[in-house]
Amino acid sequence: MKVHKSIVYDYLVEKLFFIIGLSCLVILFLIMFFLFKEGLPLLNKVSISDFIFGMEWYPTSDNPRFGVFPLISASVAVTLIASLMAVPLSIAIAVYMAELASPITREIIKPVIEIIASIPSVVIGFFGMVVVAPFLQSYFDLDTGLNLFNAALMLGFMAIPTIASISEDAISSVPVSLKEASYALGANRCQTIIFVTVPAALSGIWTAIILGVSRVIGETMVVLMVAGGAAMMPGSLFSPVRPLTSNIAAEMAETPVGSTHYHALFAIGILLFIITFVFNIIADYLSNKYKFKHN
Amino acid sequence: MKRKADIIQLITFVVIKLLSFLIIFFLIFMLGFIVKSGFSALSMDFFTKMPENQMRGGGIMPAIAGTFLLMLGSAVVSIPVGIITAVYLNEYAKNPRVVKIIRLGINNLAGVPSVVFGLFGLSLFVIFLDFGTSILAGSLTLGVLSLPIIIRSTEEALLTVPGTYREASLSLGATRWQTIYRIVLPNALPGILTGVMLSLGRSAGETAPIMFTAAAFFAPDLPRSVYSEVMALPYHIYVLATAGLHIQETRHLQYGTAIVLILLVLLLNTTGLVLRYRLRRRLR
Repeated sequence: MKVHKSIVYDYLVEKLFFIIGLSCLVILFLIMFFLFKEGLPLLNKVSISDFIFGMEWYPTSDNPRFGVFPLISASVAVTLIASLMAVPLSIAIAVYMAELASPITREIIKPVIEIIASIPSVVIGFFGMVVVAPFLQSYFDLDTGLNLFNAALMLGFMAIPTIASISEDAISSVPVSLKEASYALGANRCQTIIFVTVPAALSGIWTAIILGVSRVIGETMVVLMVAGGAAMMPGSLFSPVRPLTSNIAAEMAETPVGSTHYHALFAIGILLFIITFVFNIIADYLSNKYKFKHN
Repeated sequence: MKRKADIIQLITFVVIKLLSFLIIFFLIFMLGFIVKSGFSALSMDFFTKMPENQMRGGGIMPAIAGTFLLMLGSAVVSIPVGIITAVYLNEYAKNPRVVKIIRLGINNLAGVPSVVFGLFGLSLFVIFLDFGTSILAGSLTLGVLSLPIIIRSTEEALLTVPGTYREASLSLGATRWQTIYRIVLPNALPGILTGVMLSLGRSAGETAPIMFTAAAFFAPDLPRSVYSEVMALPYHIYVLATAGLHIQETRHLQYGTAIVLILLVLLLNTTGLVLRYRLRRRLR
């Protein structure tokens, strides 16, 4: 029996596409492999607990110390404050776009959100440096305007598109029947939004928040430029800090390849990778659960 | 009782509306401020000349060229791989578990912090494969980073091609590959182009991934091969604004470079979004 050439061709294309389709998984694996390859040798010099809970980061002194706890704290503090600002604002925008805005206003706000999402982070960092920092410095009478609050402000702004657009999807996919039932019981629009629509969209909103927070933790240029760069525990809202990402970016260029310092920076990369990986898995789980609910 | 609820509703809606408009004002203020401050730096020379006087004057031509080269290089990597991945997931894949795992991989890749991509590029491309700090290493790093964007947009575009098109083609005796190549891809083209534009915009604007893989503070010549290091717009802004002794003196150059970068990224993104918008309207 003679098999037509184009059928063989079709079969080969399918196999080829399957192999190329696996590339994302391969890349993810390679990222993990190379981070661990370059990061794990640190453990020959420093124990895990000294690394994570060590209070001093002096990588280049004669008696180098590689404690990243101040950097972790800085990342957590910046992320927390940025989220406190971005989450309520983003949900308000999402509610406005999904439930209140007229079609024309929606057509204005949507592109605005997309534009914010597309602004390069180095530009936002630059704006934080040259505009927000001097303002904060003179308004609050600070030593420097490059500090935790400034970084959180800029990062909060950057997180808005992620959180708002995913929340908006979740809110607009709430079935009309739920809202109608609420109206039928005598609730007005505001009560319906607060007690019916938003709670029904909650798992989608959580997905949005987790993805937004994960972006904030991983953002580099903004914190590198505006967080101040002091590797100390954050003392106040206005103290200069040095989050994990900015520490890698600031030091990698001057670090000799293969030194303990080099391995320590990759170990910080492992930490970041694991944190964002966990966040993404949770977001993925939540969004699948939420899709299931509507079917 | 009824009136109280109405007043609460009125206040809540006004607050929500104000908060939503706040963000538009902030965006306009930010872009407006940068454009106002940097407008004077823009001139023909700014686009066409090399930096002069230890970066204190002259133009940013090499940074523009470098950014274009990096965009081009990353596109060569990400466009074919991204489109093929999306086609596989949408047109060929039958096993839902495989699809789920690949999707999980794509989502996680999209969530990897940009500086971690930089570390990855440094260890794999720059050191292990010995490409050095080069256009090649930077393009590969950026290509990997922008892969999820192309995959997502292409998948969305493929979903908009009606199933009946495929059935009609298959019923005429075409193979699946012929159907994809002649029917599905041409119909999904605007959506795929959206993904291409968005990913180019992303590559142009990223700084952290190229810091250790491609970017140079200053390159006296234009790059001669893929193994040369290059200047790039985002890195140029970062370096001028944070390093050296002339931070104040070069302010106008920083603003000017920021305007060029914003214009480039916005141009790519709006082209992509307009294509997507038109595609969606056509389907309605």
